[in-house]
Amino acid sequence: MSTGPESGPVLGRARVRAFGLRTRLLLAFLLVAAVSAGTTAALTYREARNALLETAQDTAVTSFREQVQQIGVGLPVQGGEDLEELLRGIARRGKPHPWVVFAEYGSVRASSGENPVSTVITPELRRAARANPHGSFERVVKDGVPYLTIAMPTVFKTGPYSLLPSGLVLYAVMPMTDEQVNVDALLMAARDGALPGLAVALIPGLIAARSVLRPVRELRRAARNMGSGRLDTRIPVRGSDELADLARTFNESAGQLERTVRELREAEERARRFASDVSHELRTPLAGMLAVTEVLDEDADHLDADTARAVRLVSAETGKLAVLVEDLMEISRFDARAAELNTDEIDVAEAIRKTLSNRHWTDDDRVRTQLPDGIRARLDPRRFDIVIANLVGNALRHGGAPVTVRLRTEARSAGTPVLITEVMDSGPGIRTDSLPHIFDRFYKADAARIRSAGSGLGLAITLENVKLHGGTIRAGNLPGAGAVFTLEIPLRAEGAGG
Amino acid sequence: MPRVLLIEDDPSVREGVELGLRRRGHEVRAAATGEAGLAAMAEFRPDLLLLDLMLPGMNGVQVCRQVRERSQLPIIMLTARGDDFDVVIGLEAGADDYIVKPARTEVIEARIRAVLRRLDDGGAGRPAIEFYGELAIDRVGLTVTKAGRPLALAPSELKLLLHLAAAPEQVFSRQQLLEHVWEHSYHADARLVDACVARLRGKIEDEAGSPRYVQTLRGFGYRFGPL
Repeated sequence: MSTGPESGPVLGRARVRAFGLRTRLLLAFLLVAAVSAGTTAALTYREARNALLETAQDTAVTSFREQVQQIGVGLPVQGGEDLEELLRGIARRGKPHPWVVFAEYGSVRASSGENPVSTVITPELRRAARANPHGSFERVVKDGVPYLTIAMPTVFKTGPYSLLPSGLVLYAVMPMTDEQVNVDALLMAARDGALPGLAVALIPGLIAARSVLRPVRELRRAARNMGSGRLDTRIPVRGSDELADLARTFNESAGQLERTVRELREAEERARRFASDVSHELRTPLAGMLAVTEVLDEDADHLDADTARAVRLVSAETGKLAVLVEDLMEISRFDARAAELNTDEIDVAEAIRKTLSNRHWTDDDRVRTQLPDGIRARLDPRRFDIVIANLVGNALRHGGAPVTVRLRTEARSAGTPVLITEVMDSGPGIRTDSLPHIFDRFYKADAARIRSAGSGLGLAITLENVKLHGGTIRAGNLPGAGAVFTLEIPLRAEGAGG
Repeated sequence: MPRVLLIEDDPSVREGVELGLRRRGHEVRAAATGEAGLAAMAEFRPDLLLLDLMLPGMNGVQVCRQVRERSQLPIIMLTARGDDFDVVIGLEAGADDYIVKPARTEVIEARIRAVLRRLDDGGAGRPAIEFYGELAIDRVGLTVTKAGRPLALAPSELKLLLHLAAAPEQVFSRQQLLEHVWEHSYHADARLVDACVARLRGKIEDEAGSPRYVQTLRGFGYRFGPL
């Protein structure tokens, strides 16, 4: 309900909002979608890639083995054109792609290509070729190009189940570029499938977030409405989930709060009306009594001493009672918010001078003024008169003469100039523990004094009058001695009326 | 001493005010209801009516209107601040002034004297009758005519017009008018002035909505003319 500066909380809320419920829900949704899409894509990719490569491998190895078994090579192997011609023959029949065939026999090296020695064949493959007479293969990546290298030793069949290596080992080197292209395409397909999937997952994510957030938003709006005083606010309850439970609980609490507040208000209204009624009822007999106090005062001189004292007492107390009842009426009008502000544009210094002269506070030893001319303000003259009279009267009664009334204006950062009136006395000042209560009703700063000349409502009425003008008032002590009351009323630009 | 007719329903207030004023030498006739007060009027011929606004039966505002229909008798309302009947309604009905109850007799008498006092604005050096547009103001005979027809102005309306017309085109703040015309304190209710100006305009202006004689200076007050 505070209307104060909110820059701090707003910044804080913006920072929190970045990781708000909606964002967190969406992130969780996307994470789950990303993990499942990624895993599926990765597994599919791996299986497909292996199947693709193995098929090519098997074809190549089988066909190379067959061809190697078909050739007959006389031993010892002679290098030269014949061997190369043979190798070229094998190379042409490469499956599934053409391959380059190399032959190694002792120190003899030959190939179907231009280089007699391959740079792709690894020592591991050579070792494996010697160990395994059925041949072995290896996948090698060189300069970014994948190769399948197959080593196939030529053998002599020495029996139905026994083989004897002849010493000649043939190698086939086949670039797997086509397969790589296929695998790349597979990878692309997996990625292109996963990303739109992720994007599509955003939509159910948003819908889910919305379905959760809408009740939360309604709850927030309802809570704010309650805070701003609309206690009859209720939330529609949908479905039977946890959020519906929350809404139901909120509605029940709101109902209870509304009932309690209504009862409190009714009690307050009764108390307020009672105070107002009592003052009203007191006022009528007082009006009759007050009209005849003069008669009592005049005739007291002709009465015997005791009767005269009694008559004067009745007369004096009737006057005080009239002031008290008027003040009570005034306070109950403030409590009922029935106090009206009848503003007029007036010269403030002149208004204060009139207030002081009406009360005969013109003696310079008692009240001094620093009132610059030419300050005009829209004020309720009657209420401003009460404020100044109460403050000066209070200073004279409880503080001490001389009392200084100082008037000035000050520009505030908000842009509106402020009218500042200070009333300072030369008394002992206000006790620190009394300062917070000084504007309370019937508060007596000096506990020893049972009753003061005032009604005990003067400063409370002063405070209400200042608030009605949209101003503030505070009490404090001067550095030396004496109390100071500082009254600040915003000076508005000339408004309607007049 | 002026003759005062008091219409007040509460016996203690009626008796108290009557006693207080009689002690100060006023001749007072008290009535408990508006009807009884109006009935006593012709026979008692008061100089001033002291009228409570909250009356059983016929209320003070109705009494005020009835009196104004046939006479310009000075009327002072007795009111309590915050009563259901607002001061403004009584003033609009034609009352010249008001007193907030409870009040001491000296306060009541001061108001009576103020309302009955003639403006002594030094008629010397002025012509007996001043003419402003269609208005003719006779300061000696205390009559105002517009285009030859006499206007029935209540005492406060007449005093206000005389005060403003005495210094044409000079601006008077509402506080100044309260002090000089009504002899109220500077801080009294300025709606008294506004209500009286409204009533006066209704009688002297051609169009109360666009006044020529009594003009408003927003934020400062009222002035007579310029025509």
